Amino acid sequence: MTVQVDMRAEIEAAVIEILAAQLLLPPYEIAPDARVDDLGLDSLGKVEAIFALEERFGITIPFNANEPDLPDFDFASVPGIVAGVARLIDQR
Amino acid sequence: MRRVVITGIGTVNALAQDVPGTFAALAAGRCGIGALTFRDADRLSVRIGAEVRDWAPDLPAARMPLYDRVTQYALVAGAEAMAMAGLDLGLGPRGGVILGTAAGGISTWEDSYRAVFAEGKSRVSPLVVPRLMHNAPASHLSMAYGLQGPVFSVSSACASANHAMGLALQQIRAGVADVMLTGGSEAMLCFGGVKAWEGLRVLAPDACRPFSLGRKGMVIGDGAGVLVFEAEDHARARGAKILAEVAGFGMTADAGDIVAPDPDGAARAMLAALADARMAAGDVSYINAHGTGTLANDRSEAAAIRQVFGTTPPPVSSTKAMHGHAIGATGALEAVACLLALTQGVLPPTIGHQADDPDCPLDVVPNLARQARVGAVLSNAFAFGGLNAVLAFRSA
Repeated sequence: MTVQVDMRAEIEAAVIEILAAQLLLPPYEIAPDARVDDLGLDSLGKVEAIFALEERFGITIPFNANEPDLPDFDFASVPGIVAGVARLIDQR
Repeated sequence: MRRVVITGIGTVNALAQDVPGTFAALAAGRCGIGALTFRDADRLSVRIGAEVRDWAPDLPAARMPLYDRVTQYALVAGAEAMAMAGLDLGLGPRGGVILGTAAGGISTWEDSYRAVFAEGKSRVSPLVVPRLMHNAPASHLSMAYGLQGPVFSVSSACASANHAMGLALQQIRAGVADVMLTGGSEAMLCFGGVKAWEGLRVLAPDACRPFSLGRKGMVIGDGAGVLVFEAEDHARARGAKILAEVAGFGMTADAGDIVAPDPDGAARAMLAALADARMAAGDVSYINAHGTGTLANDRSEAAAIRQVFGTTPPPVSSTKAMHGHAIGATGALEAVACLLALTQGVLPPTIGHQADDPDCPLDVVPNLARQARVGAVLSNAFAFGGLNAVLAFRSA
């Protein structure tokens, strides 16, 4: 089974909301195609955002700070995160 | 100013529960890391660590209810160090203890919370407070050997033991004490301890590979290292065997980020230790690195070493790939590794090395120990919180 379109919209909204909370920005300032580095999220903000996504969706995100380029989970952009979260929800 | 020497050392760690066993394991490049065996380890995503196995210490049964493992490790390591130093009781106010620990009696916290929160019990052991307090290991050592001078604990995360040893050095130099038991003890390998570290996403799932390409982070270890620091005049007057000199100590703070290291703070600490030891960079023949195996530390530490030592630094190894990162005790385990270099001319290797990382241009003594003439060494410790503590030792 794959994640439905409305579910993707919900994931995208959650990703933006969680990133916004870490960045102390209103969610509308984060574009749906934003890149994480351009947003200025630091390493602790990143692990807190990952934790928040795990708690929100009941998933475990395979992210190790020592392997930032890990292909298993693309944390570089909002679409990458949304796709990764959707895949993990599918596997749940 | 009084010179300070080391007349005894003791250790308990994943490699061995004494110094001869630890020296042999370090020289052989043996790895003490394995599958975690404590309660609920199967609920962790990281399931390896450098545990102290088959632990059955020879401590008085009647006292055991008072001793968290962090205290047990310190007492066993302290007994070995005191026996090696040949010191008997009677130092009184001229003796002291300064030990580092980051988590203190964390298993005691965990067991008590489990009892009242998870198991619904309404009371915990009456000895919880004296078991879990950070100064318990130092206090029990003071009681065991009648050391009535400066006794306290130091907590600065991964630099705790180096800060403790630096302060012990300063007590003797200042004339406050003649003998100080010092080092660190840690027993963080329990469910809550590892669960907390997991959240930071810096633990390696497979192995610790400091400075190597392909490294995936740190691996936590348990254990204690206790060293007898003694005023040189005091040691010579009683005819004690001198293992090495504690030549200098430097400590700095990055005053930057709570977790990200700054090479400048690390370099300043190394320079301060060299200056305190009246040592030139060229005198140093080995550096025991902090070398946690994380991307950030190893890159930053390599830059700091080259900032201090130029383009041809001495050999640098991280023994954490063998005994694990014993957090608040790690500096003490690494001081023991430095004593292997200083007393036997053996540079312990950085095991787990797969390929050189261009961001860490160092001779890391990869995988195999090496014989070398060793006159002086540095031992680095850099903590979360941006705290840097470096010790300089010189051969006797």
